[in-house]
Amino acid sequence: MKKYTIIFCCLLFTFSLIEVKAQQVEKSTYGTFALTNASVETVTKGRLENATVIIRNGIIEAVGSGVAIPPDAKVIDCKDLTIYPGMVDGGTRLGLQEIESISLTQDYDELGELTPEMDALTAVNPNSVLIPVTRVSGVTSVITYPSGGLFPGTAALINLQGYTPEQMYGGFKAIVINFPSTGKRGRYDKRSEEDIKKDGDKAVKKLNDTWERVQTYAAIDSATMGKADYNPELSALVPLLRGEMTAFIEANKESDIMAALKWIKEHKIKAVLTGVAEGWRVADSIALAGIPVITGPIMSMPSRDTDPYDQAYKNAGLMQKAGVKVALRTNEAENVRNLPFNAGFAAAYGMGHDEALKAVTIIPAEIFGVADKIGSIEVGKKANLFVSTGDPFEPSTAIKHLFIDGWNIPMESRQTLLYDEFLHRAPGATPPAVPGKS
Amino acid sequence: MICSMKNIICALYLLSSTAMVAQAPSGDLIIRNGTVLTITKGTLEETDILVQKGKITGLGKNLKAPAGIKEIDATGQYIMPGIIDAHSHIAIDAVNEATHPVTSEVKVGDAIDPFDLSIYRALAGGVTTSHAMHGSANAIGGQCQTIKHRYGVLDPSAFKFEGAARTIKFALGENPMRVHGEGRGVQPRTRMGVERVIRDAFQQGLVYKEKWAAYEAEKKKNPNAPAPLYNERNQTMADIIDGKIIIQCHSYRADEILMLLRVLKDFGVKKITFQHVNEGFKVAPELAAFGAMASVFSDWWAYKFEVYYSTAYNATILTRNGVVTSINSDSGELIRHLFHEAAKTQRYGDLSDEEALALITINPARQLGIDTKVGSIETGKDADLAIFSGHPLSIYAIPQVTIVDGIVRFDKAHDPADMRLYIDPQESSPTYYGQEDVEGCMRDTEFMFSHRH
Repeated sequence: MKKYTIIFCCLLFTFSLIEVKAQQVEKSTYGTFALTNASVETVTKGRLENATVIIRNGIIEAVGSGVAIPPDAKVIDCKDLTIYPGMVDGGTRLGLQEIESISLTQDYDELGELTPEMDALTAVNPNSVLIPVTRVSGVTSVITYPSGGLFPGTAALINLQGYTPEQMYGGFKAIVINFPSTGKRGRYDKRSEEDIKKDGDKAVKKLNDTWERVQTYAAIDSATMGKADYNPELSALVPLLRGEMTAFIEANKESDIMAALKWIKEHKIKAVLTGVAEGWRVADSIALAGIPVITGPIMSMPSRDTDPYDQAYKNAGLMQKAGVKVALRTNEAENVRNLPFNAGFAAAYGMGHDEALKAVTIIPAEIFGVADKIGSIEVGKKANLFVSTGDPFEPSTAIKHLFIDGWNIPMESRQTLLYDEFLHRAPGATPPAVPGKS
Repeated sequence: MICSMKNIICALYLLSSTAMVAQAPSGDLIIRNGTVLTITKGTLEETDILVQKGKITGLGKNLKAPAGIKEIDATGQYIMPGIIDAHSHIAIDAVNEATHPVTSEVKVGDAIDPFDLSIYRALAGGVTTSHAMHGSANAIGGQCQTIKHRYGVLDPSAFKFEGAARTIKFALGENPMRVHGEGRGVQPRTRMGVERVIRDAFQQGLVYKEKWAAYEAEKKKNPNAPAPLYNERNQTMADIIDGKIIIQCHSYRADEILMLLRVLKDFGVKKITFQHVNEGFKVAPELAAFGAMASVFSDWWAYKFEVYYSTAYNATILTRNGVVTSINSDSGELIRHLFHEAAKTQRYGDLSDEEALALITINPARQLGIDTKVGSIETGKDADLAIFSGHPLSIYAIPQVTIVDGIVRFDKAHDPADMRLYIDPQESSPTYYGQEDVEGCMRDTEFMFSHRH
């Protein structure tokens, strides 16, 4: 009898090993979920205590206390935890860059000054190692955008889950424009004041010439019922001219921001200012123009030596207080995970926690026209949310659960796997000493 | 040298009247009723810190202080030791002597720039000491300089941290391979070559040391014996072998870290801190067994191939395996919020508050050989202190006052926008630079590369 017991135990052990093996690759799961006993930071409808959030087939079905738990729901007890809407980064190179120094892993900067038809979404690598590293911090959606040249291409909103661009696409694209800069490109820019001005004037002329060509092209397009000659650059800009698309206009220096505002007004286009490092200098003008802003990174150097050390920390808050609609960005690739910390610094330096939270949730959703889908915890919205031990801006807070598009995403990335493997390495130290050559 | 009147006034406001003399100025003050994070002796609530002649002379409740002493009310605030950055390139106007794979003869201490605004910005982040390092272009770079952030003092030599250990920069992997192998067509072009270059330099140092030893012996018998030719490069290598200099080695990959440990073992060298050391977590037991220390980034990775297999849990894994670890900036931007970088170890790992703060205080002090003077709040130590509005590991904490040798060098309540000490006489209006960060490891080598980084 004892013998059989041993055999049975051995078999059980073997099966359990197989079971462990089978579970090594953790996959996302879908269906019905009940997140119970939670605090909920809805962002748009205040904070709820002891509440339940029901997720069914990707959508938030119910929010509140006294919500019945569906019998088919997988229950996740969120006692002492808080549910937040997933954070949205208003400007990254996620999916377009794997390793910063290796040009063949960079897909954000195509050759040419005028390449608005370059579509970021087509080059997003859904299997980038950077994506899981980012999302486990609670960032669930990002704008990924091309750069370089006057019209670098078309940016896209992506959700950080899925295996195809179609699965990831968040329903918003924008044409990127690098507004001609009249400033130095940096400390190592050795051009004379005169050359800087010449280059700036040339770029403005190029921008205006391009716009005239787009106007002509659009007119021909209308007159020929869409049969204008093939011209991918110009046809990519027609929706912008017709107000069917939004432009992301990068401008940072005070005078460039003012010039951009004037240009937007003259050409009557839907636009968002991006970068806006010196927005605080002209915050009233931006507010008056009613143009929203995506600014960041917050952890940046002041743009001038004569500025206070913390001016970049304060910039977002100063604009927001002046009445500008402000969303935040990291302008990062591998460290988009720092978005909550950037928001935290903006909060600490004038914006306050609540406004900073909006600036990484509902405000970007509104700017991108997807506030009916993401940006807050509300019935009918996509289940893009995370569950944490508290304020996600605090480094000591842990993110416990993550849902993107209703998928319950494993809380792991290559960085967490390396932690699991190497915290207590096996085998441990090399005995007795490292072999030498001598 | 042209300084604006306004800035001179600002500087004088911050300084005692002895600011212009070469000797480092020091001050007296008392900080009342703060929460004191000593790092080495726990947290003290509602405690006063008495400072006299730049040293901490009292620590306790309701301390008696000399009449008329400067008093800072820290009620509701937190006081931690001045933050120490073990890897920085601020306050120097040269970084890389990228002309040879071995340049142990050059000294960063010869290139101190007291006018660098980055010093003030670092102070505004509570950083009182930094390790001004040679860059990573050469397998063996120049000797580094630990400095105190005495911003406002105009004598470069007065920035040098008195009694700090001598340190020297080594660099493994891509940077020396790119600069010399790819850029100049000389070894090293591979990690094999890096080992060869370092072994050769140590061997020459050893031969040189033996030559001088033979000469010293010979001289006793023959006073007219000819001395060997003095060579600073070899002398420095001999000093490393003699344990007079701590190596500070730019490194990333586990294999190259093990390589250097083997080389050092062969030459009997024991003192080393690995810098960056992104894959240090993979060989943490070997680092601990050797007694090597590690100075890491909180979360930088994927900016080049050799840091692709990194993890932000590096500092935690190293700490848990018994390696003395610090978190550094290597950046004029990041140096301004090292307290936040340290806090990230509570997101990426489970370090306690004290362990996290040790990463930017007592641990870097140990790595720079200054732990008997700074890195914790204890009587007898230098009065290098940072006062925060809240707990420094909280994202909402804002640095309020930073003190170096008992002198207030940053005070948020008196913080004029323009803190430059030197203004370009040809500059018509303040220049827009954008939000770039110019204080990196590969400064002064840009001319060698047409591509980025």
